This record gives sequence, C-alpha cells and structure tokens, in this order.
Amino acid sequence: MIPLTTDVDVKQELEEIFARYHGRKDELIPVLQDIQARLGYLPTTAMSEVARYLKIPESAVFGVSTFYAQFKFFPTGRNKVRLCRGTACHVRGAPRILEEVEKQLGIKPGETTEDLEYSLETIACFGSCALAPVMVVNDDVYGRMTPKKVAQVLGRDKQGD
Amino acid sequence: MNYADIKQRATDKVESVEGSGRPHIYVGSATCGRAAGANPVLEAIKSALARHKLDAVITQVGCIGLCYAEPLMDMKKSGAPRICYANVTPESACQLIEDYLVNDNPRPDLAMGTLGEGSIDGIPRLFDQPMLKPQVRIALRNCGIIDPEDIDQYIAGGGYSGLERALGMTQQEVIDELKKSGLRGRGGAGFPTGMKWEFCYKSPGTVKYLICNADEGDPGAFMDRSLLEGDPHAVLEGMLIGAYAIGATDGYLYVRAEYPLAIKHLVQALKQMEDYGLIGDSIMGSTLSFHVKIKEGAGAFVCGEETAMMASIEGKRGMPRSRPPFPAQSGLWGKPTNINNVETWANVSAIMQRSADWYAGYGTEKSKGTKTFALAGKINRTGLIEVPMGITLQEIVYDIGGGIPGDKKFKAVQTGGPSGGCLPASLLNLPVDYESLAQAGSIMGSGGMVVIDEDTCIVDMARYFLTFTQAESCGKCVPCRLGTKQMLDMLQDICRGKGKPEDIDLLLHLSKQIKAGSLCALGGTAPNPVLTTLKYFRDEYEAHIREKRCPALACPELTSYYILPDKCQGCGICLRNCPTEAIAGDKRMVHVIDQEKCIRCGTCLDVCPQRFGAVVKVSGEEIEAPKEPVPVTAAKAKEER
Repeated sequence: MIPLTTDVDVKQELEEIFARYHGRKDELIPVLQDIQARLGYLPTTAMSEVARYLKIPESAVFGVSTFYAQFKFFPTGRNKVRLCRGTACHVRGAPRILEEVEKQLGIKPGETTEDLEYSLETIACFGSCALAPVMVVNDDVYGRMTPKKVAQVLGRDKQGD
Repeated sequence: MNYADIKQRATDKVESVEGSGRPHIYVGSATCGRAAGANPVLEAIKSALARHKLDAVITQVGCIGLCYAEPLMDMKKSGAPRICYANVTPESACQLIEDYLVNDNPRPDLAMGTLGEGSIDGIPRLFDQPMLKPQVRIALRNCGIIDPEDIDQYIAGGGYSGLERALGMTQQEVIDELKKSGLRGRGGAGFPTGMKWEFCYKSPGTVKYLICNADEGDPGAFMDRSLLEGDPHAVLEGMLIGAYAIGATDGYLYVRAEYPLAIKHLVQALKQMEDYGLIGDSIMGSTLSFHVKIKEGAGAFVCGEETAMMASIEGKRGMPRSRPPFPAQSGLWGKPTNINNVETWANVSAIMQRSADWYAGYGTEKSKGTKTFALAGKINRTGLIEVPMGITLQEIVYDIGGGIPGDKKFKAVQTGGPSGGCLPASLLNLPVDYESLAQAGSIMGSGGMVVIDEDTCIVDMARYFLTFTQAESCGKCVPCRLGTKQMLDMLQDICRGKGKPEDIDLLLHLSKQIKAGSLCALGGTAPNPVLTTLKYFRDEYEAHIREKRCPALACPELTSYYILPDKCQGCGICLRNCPTEAIAGDKRMVHVIDQEKCIRCGTCLDVCPQRFGAVVKVSGEEIEAPKEPVPVTAAKAKEER
C-alpha cells in the first residue's frame, strides 16, 4: 500500500516544482527527483499530477519511477543510513557492518524504523572504495568502518541501546 | 573574448594570488578525503591560522590518488616547493602550521614529499614515492594539484589551449588527430574514439548530440568521480573539442546521483565557462556553439549502456535497444549522437593541448596512452592511479599498491567490475591492455581493480557479482533476466554447502546462453566473473561442492569455530561478547561453543586475547573439544597425560 499524504500539501509543493519546468516529456525524471527531494518519497497523488502535467499516461510515470532504484514510494526516516555494498567494501567486510546496523536499528535494507527516525538502504557503490567499508548517514561519509564503530556513528553508544 | 585575452586574464588572477607572498595551504577535499576526515582538518587549520594571526590562502583540492594516506594537507611558502603531509589529524594540522609557517621548520619527519620546483633537505619529491613514480598522469594531470572550483587555475596551466588549437583546424583534421593518437574509449569497450567521431561527423543531419557518460556504476570503481571532482574543466574542454569535430550543438552530462560533489563542481565549472564565453553561442568568437545540460542518474546500473542512457535522458525507462542503428546514425531523439566516457574526454583535451604523437608515445602498439585504475580491496596503498598501457599487473599490485596487508597471500585481482573477471597469481605478469585482458577472460572495463587475498572466497566473489548483475538486469532479455537468477541460486547453494556436482557444467552452459542471448553488454558480460573463477579456481568450487569445505574459511555455512581446550584460560571474554549466548563456561573453566546456537559471526575469534589464541576457525573438519566446560587445569592435565 502506498500511503496518501494530504492533497493540499502535495499540490502546493508540486506547483512550485512545475513552475521550474516546461512540461516536456523528457523532464519526467528530473521532476520526479525534485518531488522526492522535497517530500522524501513519491506519493501516489503526486505521480498522478505529474502525469497530468507532462501529458503522459499515469502508467508511464509509474513505469519509469519503479524502474529506477532511487525512487521511493513510502515515507522515509528523518535520518538516511546508507551502506555501500561495492566490491571493495564487500571484500573488506561490509556484510558484517550491515548485520550490525540491522541489529542496532532493528530494520532491514529498504525499511524505516517505526518512529520514522531512521531508514536503511544499501547502495551499489559510493566510489570511496579506497576507504572501504563505507557507511553514509545523511550526507556524512564514514570510511574504514568496523562493527564497533557502528553504534558510535549512529550516535547510539551513549544511550546504551 | 579570444583565447589570448582569456589566458591573460586567468594568468593575471592566479599570479596576483601567488605573488602576494601569502603562504598557501591545500587540503584534499574530494569525497574520499572527506570520508577520511578532511573537514575537521580544514576547521582546525582555519582556527590555527586565526590563533597565530596568519594570513594564508586555503584551497580545497581534489584527490591526488593517495587515498590510503588521507587526509592530505599541503603547505607552500613563497619561493619554496609545496610540501605534502599524509594522514593529517586536526591536532597534527595545527602543529604543522605552527612548525612550518611560524617557526620555519618543514618537519621532514612528517612530510611525504615535495611538489613543484626546488627541494627541501630531508624531504623526497612526492612523485618519487613508490606509489607515484611508475605513474604517467595525463587524464589526472591536475587532480589534487589545482583548485577544481577555479577556472583560472585550469586556464593558467594551459587549459582550453587544446580547444583553441582544435578551432584552428578543420573538423576532419581534429578527427584525424584523434585517430593518430590511438585513443580508445575508456568506458571499457575500447572502441577507437576518432573512428566513433567520424561516424557521427559523416552522419547526415544538422542537429547532433554529444553525451558524456559519467554514470560510473561499476562497484569498486571511482575514476570518473575523482576526475569530475578534481578537474571538471579537463572533461568539459574535451567535450567542446568533440562538439566542434562532430558538429554537435547540444550536449548532456549524465552523472550518477550518488556523486553530489561531482555535480556541484560541474555546475560551478559551467557557470565560470559562461563568464569567459567558453560555453554557449559562438565560443571564443568562433563558429562553435555548444550548450551542456547535466542529467542526474536515478540509480540504474544499466543506464551506463549507451542506448539505455539515451532512453533515460529522453525520460523513459533506461532499457537498452538493439543496434544497429548505432547512436552515430540514430541516437538521442533519433538524431546522430556521440557518447564518450569521462576519462576519454579528459584524454581528448590533453591530446589536443599537446599532440597526438606525444600521446601515442605511451602504451603498447594497440593500446595507446594511459589508463586510470581505482585500486581497492586487500592492498596496502589503495587509491587512484594512472599508468601507461602495457604495465604488468605485478607492477600495479606490488610496486604501486605495495602488496597485500598483513603478509597475506595474493589470491586474485578483479578487473572490469561485474563484467570482468578474477585473474590469479599466475597471470600477474600479464600486461594491462585491452587485448591481453580480454584474452585472459576478463576485460579492461572502466578501471576498477579490486585485489583479493587468501581470506576471500572465490565462489562468494562470483556470487557477489551475480547478486549485483541479477538485481541490475533491466529485464528486457529473458536469458539475462532469468538466467542470472538461476546462476545466482546455484552459487548461493554452493556457498551454503548445498551444491551438486552437476552445477559446474550447468553454470558453464547457462553462461554461454546468457552471453549469446542478451542485447547489451550487461547480460553479455554478466557470466564473466563466474567463467574466470571457474577457469582459474575450479578447485575451490569443487571443495565447496564435494567436501563441503570453504578453503578461504569465508562462507559462514561451511565454517565452524572451536575453543581449544589446551589453550583456553577461562577468562570469559568470548562468553561475554557472544551475541547469541552460544558459549558456555565459567571462571577457570574451558569454554565450549554450542555449534547449534553459533551464528558464525567470528566475534569470539576477534576478542580472544592474542596471547591465548584459543579460538580457531575451521572448514570441512571437526575439532576435538569437550562438550561441557571442564576446569582449565583438568584439560591441561589430560593434555599432558
């Protein structure tokens, strides 16, 4: 189920976003990227509006948005935890870092904690392979990770949970 | 503005800063530098300068490629060479400022090397360091040296003179120059660049497009990121030259969304170019008009394939289509289109700034010039390197990379990412060029080079890559969509000790079908990691299947941990750290692992004090250990009897 947000909020945001574009079909991906940057995900209502704005079928909007891994259809947490699963990170122990993060947050990749505080994702490669394994919280990159450093990075070591 | 005016203006600006006599501090602030802690170092530098009331110029440079030594900080005083310091911390940065800028002690004990003219006693030249000495830096010529956010520094160093030279030639002459240089596509396929341009140039039509492929999706590769972050103008100049040669008026830079800093630097670079009239209509007063748009990728690996990328730019699902027609005939919106990779464009600007003959002087007969590689994995000196084609893997892994950490044994080097293969120690003498790598079953690829040691399981490695390609398959071709899934399932089974003897033949058979039945290179190369590992490490597959043993002791389902009764001192550290309470024991009692409860996380092995070394990890064998905790002395006594 894709949750609905209140139509008023979304509409106002969308108007501001649409004002920056020309309504051309090739603008679909950038428009969706802007919406996600503002709302954190793509609500169903927003995608219908995009279809109307670009004069393309809703099915095309859904088809494109579901093709790309970047797009989310559920609200994401306030803090975005991303783990690199690149080759170098894999070889240097990324699976154990992931295990530890899953344990700390109690969620699997693609999920969000119930309090909407954290979402967890894995990324194919961040391109910081020389500092593998790499973990990114929001926009801060943490290199040379160890399972022990996970609690520290998540700021959870003090609370002891 | 013509080129002479542009050059004059840029040189004046750069010289006014350099001539001011103020000391200069450089901090490596590419994504990798930031991950290593460059930002706190930068803050510390600022506060140290304020404390000592020093007026210095601070520049955030890109990545020089010595990622293992980051964070990096350079200092330059007027009339002296630039000194590079490695592994800087906020504390040591403050100390260095005090030592060198206040007390004039360059701290040779902490310096890594000097850059530029002149020398300082006790400090070697940076480019004499073993990691840098064998390198030839053409594409990466400015990375980590100049300020990527300042077009003046690029121009003052000879930037855009390649464009100036190209504009004085005919389109065909530029193409011929490229052909003469022998440059081949650096995205991985290695198609001759000049020839690609010629197809597009000769293709009828007035509207033509040019694309820079910066959708660096290979896990384990970061050459394009470094280049765009550290020297965006080298790429943009190349694109302008290409636009002139093929007659394109519009271009796209397709960049991964995972590279926000690269995008930021590109946006800034384009703004500065506008100011100089280096982009837009009638560039430098010539007939060339060229506009560039940045397109952010949305997280689909397959979009690195040219036809998929064009579909994505058009706002569609990024799925490849069959060729012909090739993009040079019918590409973006049905118009002739030329696509080259980031590194290719950076080489184009260098070739036009110098000459085709100079460039062709490097490399081998069929693979000219240099290639950048992202060196990562189990290697001492990780980082970004650029070497002449034809260098051996041995030289890259040992001379440049400094070998394997912890005296471990080299097992393989993985080139070409998920499309490439694992090359064993017996091939370390292989020269790195397009043909040799292909002959060995791997590919050059875009330049990812991941070293693996004896602790890495080769079957797990193949499984890892198949997990990737299987998830990234766009689903258009059935052999790729379903075949990779079947291969992955089989590899999962083998890693879990459930492999069947016939699996190997089935893997080989499926590989052939997938290669033959896929439209694009994603499917066409997806089986490569399996094929090369089967070719060079078949015994490891067989150990997993027949003996249920993982020789690298890496596959959790095939390994077990035991506590040796004669070595355990009953200290209880393992018991306290075990996440599943699988360890039983008491003070001065030999601890015992319950194999049913154990999840093979390896924590007990990590925490057991080195002087005891009581925990062992084995595969395919059982260790004789007591079933219940016994007193430490009893175990010892039994041992003695």
